[in-house]
Amino acid sequence: MKTLRLKRPQWQDKAIRLLLTGAASTSILIVLLIFVFLFKEAAPFAIDPGIGELFKGGWNPTSMKKEMFGIWPLLTSSLLITALATVISVPVGVLSSVYISEIAKPAEREFFKPFIELLAGIPSVVIGFFGIMVLGPLVKQVFGLDSGLNALTGALLLALMAAPTIISISEDAIRSVPRSYKEASLATGASKLQTIWRVTVPSALSGIIAAVMLGMGRVIGETMAVLMVTGNAFKLTLNPLNPVRTMTATIAAEMGEVARGGIHYRALFWIGIILLLFTFGLNMVAQRALKKFGAR
Amino acid sequence: MKRTLNFALKGLLIVGLAAAIAGCGGKKKDAEGILQIKGSDTMLQLTTAWAEAYMTANPKVQIAVTGGGSGTGIAAMINGTTDIANASRKIKDEEVGDAKTNGVNPAEHVVAKDGISVVVNPANPVAELTMEQIKLIYIGEITNWKDVGGADHAITLCGRDNSSGTYAYFQKHVLLKEDYAASALNLQSNSAIVEEVASNEYAIGYIGLGYLVEAGGKIAAVAVDGVKPSDKSVASGSYKIARGLQMYTNGEPEGLAKAFLEFIMSEEGQKIVRDEGFVAMQ
Repeated sequence: MKTLRLKRPQWQDKAIRLLLTGAASTSILIVLLIFVFLFKEAAPFAIDPGIGELFKGGWNPTSMKKEMFGIWPLLTSSLLITALATVISVPVGVLSSVYISEIAKPAEREFFKPFIELLAGIPSVVIGFFGIMVLGPLVKQVFGLDSGLNALTGALLLALMAAPTIISISEDAIRSVPRSYKEASLATGASKLQTIWRVTVPSALSGIIAAVMLGMGRVIGETMAVLMVTGNAFKLTLNPLNPVRTMTATIAAEMGEVARGGIHYRALFWIGIILLLFTFGLNMVAQRALKKFGAR
Repeated sequence: MKRTLNFALKGLLIVGLAAAIAGCGGKKKDAEGILQIKGSDTMLQLTTAWAEAYMTANPKVQIAVTGGGSGTGIAAMINGTTDIANASRKIKDEEVGDAKTNGVNPAEHVVAKDGISVVVNPANPVAELTMEQIKLIYIGEITNWKDVGGADHAITLCGRDNSSGTYAYFQKHVLLKEDYAASALNLQSNSAIVEEVASNEYAIGYIGLGYLVEAGGKIAAVAVDGVKPSDKSVASGSYKIARGLQMYTNGEPEGLAKAFLEFIMSEEGQKIVRDEGFVAMQ
């Protein structure tokens, strides 16, 4: 009787362990499958017309003279928008999280948090509408442009979408800084602000960096809002006031009509691979940063 | 294996149908059955209007209309997953080849015409352009309005995305297969072009005639080689930027598809064409 009782939980233990391991591995398996699938669809492009085509000239896949599959304009557009959105959203996001976690009174915090969570939940197509109807005309007016459809409008929208991620994760990081650190700082005679900037924020830096990286991941992968407001011109530019076409927008806009298995189709899959490598790289950097600062 | 199964199923279906027809004994019946139509987004609204009118008159008929683009529709017809393919462009040679190797024989039916109007902001003094000027503007050789009689200001080029049939038509027949300027905005829909041209004094764009009518005074159409786009000028052929809207069937249509196409070409069907902002065949 006794032995049975002991044995049964052991068997259950194993089963549950197996189940959980399986569930955890599913995501690894799916990522691997996505990689395999992307490469399978993209591979024939490497033979005809060759990988070199991706780095030659502009993107003009439907030319009736000579089709061009150069991804430079798309790549620089994505990087330009990501950089701009990061520059805008990081200060706003980090300052907000410092305010909410350290300075705001509990009642204020209760007031702010639901709004930030709501912002995170707005579908990107709705944000895109807001961009077309409100933000675009505003950017057009402020900078005296002919058109409000440009990289800056896109970056502002994306900053809006990245901010909630940055705020909530940074806030968690700041709040998890041990109380004793702050108390020690205050005891040495440092003011509240000095404590925040010299002790609390540096201690939470690993979490804040992770938050920024996750925000950037959201920005570079976002499709619908940028497709709607960036104007989608294929011209290579680094001017934020020019229209740009990102990698995500290219895939979304062109995949629907492309002939399956054609060169254009394969080229779009290469863009997918490059996009995946980017987010992969971003995650690696985030992990490294976490380790480095976490060790301190 | 799959193909033989498919073949066998079709065989069964034909036998079944023959039996059904024989069973009817020549009695005249109302049309009934299911018809699948797929393809061009430009034609989606128009086809839906036809389908609704036809289904109201023939309650036993079910017509399913889906979009996805001209290429998608033609591919679906070749694969046998749709009865009728809508296409705002003519079928391509390679698509005909693909169809032939699959034992499909595409038959073309031009069901309506669509004029493509070149539009500018109402505040823009330019009211007329030649085909040549439009081409030079879109390939990026004319970049300032002053070169075509307007203000001394850069032109904002607006076009459709390269998945659009209108984009392809315009490239072939107006740009004469030259490349669009890289600075052109690629917008997602006719209405996105209307919005941009309405709010940008220096923009130029192209849209279907139906959208011009719908937009009212928000935008202005330029005369092309001296002819303003209208139902009449498109129907008579004097307005040059116009195309046919096609439906493709596998072989000459029979049964329900035939009846539906006859309805489309009837006076009632062509009235719907005009109501939807396209140009009727007569």
